[in-house]
Amino acid sequence: MHWPIDLIVLTFVIFCAIAAISVKDLLGTAILFGAYSFMMCLLWAVMGAVDVAFTEASVGAGVSTVFFVAAVFRTSRRTKD
Amino acid sequence: MTDLLPLIVAKYNYWLYVILMMIGLYAMIAKNNLIKKVVGMNIFQTAIILFYVSIGYKKDATLPIIQNAHGGQDAHAAVIHAIDYINPLPHVLMLTAIVVSVATFGVAMALAVRIYQRYQTLEEDELRMRLSEK
Amino acid sequence: MKFLGVIIVCLTGGLLLYGTTDFPDWGDPSSPASTHLSDYYIEKTIEDTKVPNIVTSVLADYRGFDTMFETAVIFTAGLACFILLRDFRGKKERFYRHKPTGVVLHVKDGKKTLTVGKEFEHMDKDWVPSDLIIKTVCRILIPFIQIYAMYVVAHGDFSPGGGFQGGVIFGSSLILLAISYDLKTLVNRIKEKVLGIFAALGVLIFVGIAAICMPMGGNFLDYTALAPLVWDPHHVRALGMLGVEIGVGFAVMAVMAIIYINIVSEGRHDEGL
Repeated sequence: MHWPIDLIVLTFVIFCAIAAISVKDLLGTAILFGAYSFMMCLLWAVMGAVDVAFTEASVGAGVSTVFFVAAVFRTSRRTKD
Repeated sequence: MTDLLPLIVAKYNYWLYVILMMIGLYAMIAKNNLIKKVVGMNIFQTAIILFYVSIGYKKDATLPIIQNAHGGQDAHAAVIHAIDYINPLPHVLMLTAIVVSVATFGVAMALAVRIYQRYQTLEEDELRMRLSEK
Repeated sequence: MKFLGVIIVCLTGGLLLYGTTDFPDWGDPSSPASTHLSDYYIEKTIEDTKVPNIVTSVLADYRGFDTMFETAVIFTAGLACFILLRDFRGKKERFYRHKPTGVVLHVKDGKKTLTVGKEFEHMDKDWVPSDLIIKTVCRILIPFIQIYAMYVVAHGDFSPGGGFQGGVIFGSSLILLAISYDLKTLVNRIKEKVLGIFAALGVLIFVGIAAICMPMGGNFLDYTALAPLVWDPHHVRALGMLGVEIGVGFAVMAVMAIIYINIVSEGRHDEGL
């Protein structure tokens, strides 16, 4: 494993996490959360956990974003913080 | 300085995982929106999964799939050394944890939709106000 | 609340950062996690099970109980979504669109229905004209996604993949159908009962394969006892794992579709994204 890749992706993950919880629009949170999951998947692939990375790519970045958007569609995009 | 650098190289990953976990915990405690809280819970969960996967990592080792063994022939007599392969046990445990996390996420979203149907809001303080009205 | 949250988070984070000083170094091959049990798994997998992917063999064979109850957890999540959201009352008002002219009919009596086909089509309140390009691309893409999902399940013994991933990919192909056409297409194509039966069938396949081992003279989940039943007794544990993974795939596929349909239509199964 090359540590620069690891460090760069990990920094992106932390930025995505901060952005996902601080943006004032739930649809934006959904997309940033999908990006967060995908970065996480890259991190696991770098660490050699290919099965976990595959699961995260299909589950975290795929299906849970869809559930999120479906729930936002049925509730509201509004959020105060 | 000379003995600080190896310490940073050996441990910086764990520090960043702790920061990620703190972000998730903060969102769970301080955010007002219920869906934001669920996102915080997921960030917390992935930080812990990340920590578990990272303790299975070995330097100079390859993926946990045995080489030259497709088809399961007995022909290869090469001895398999555990040090050549990344520890698969944390991967297995965390694989199940990820799938359980999507199941809990789905149930949480269903609960959020149900709460919105009844109270027309997802903000915690407004929800508390509506509850005290009745 | 925010201030209190910051204090709690900083305390927890400080304690954990203090705790990291005792952790083994990054990538240390002799760390406690990598020395005791996992060595056995790595060295004996090929000898015991003939499966190269260690993660699959540990998941479905050595630690089969873990996966079995986890499949039960997935099934329970689908059940919980169904119970929370399912609404059998149906909607009072319906909208229909006359295709050749584009006239919209608004039917207020809930009992009256029109036959949908060449002349009329269902409509939502926030109806948008269906896009030909998206529909065609998705119609071509969906079978390939499903074949890939089956490949992932079947090839899980040799490469990354397995029941969970294959099931999720199959379920997402169903969700793609619902998004690119509309929810009614999916609900008419695959009935709710069929999805429920698939979810239960997946758990039943897993528990069934595990339980058949007992009358055959082995322990619960001991696939070697199934040797007289299969055509290739040499690879019996690999075949047992494949059967179990197919069960997991069924359950996960059905549960993903159930959760999506219930959330997006608020349990009425009529209109959605």
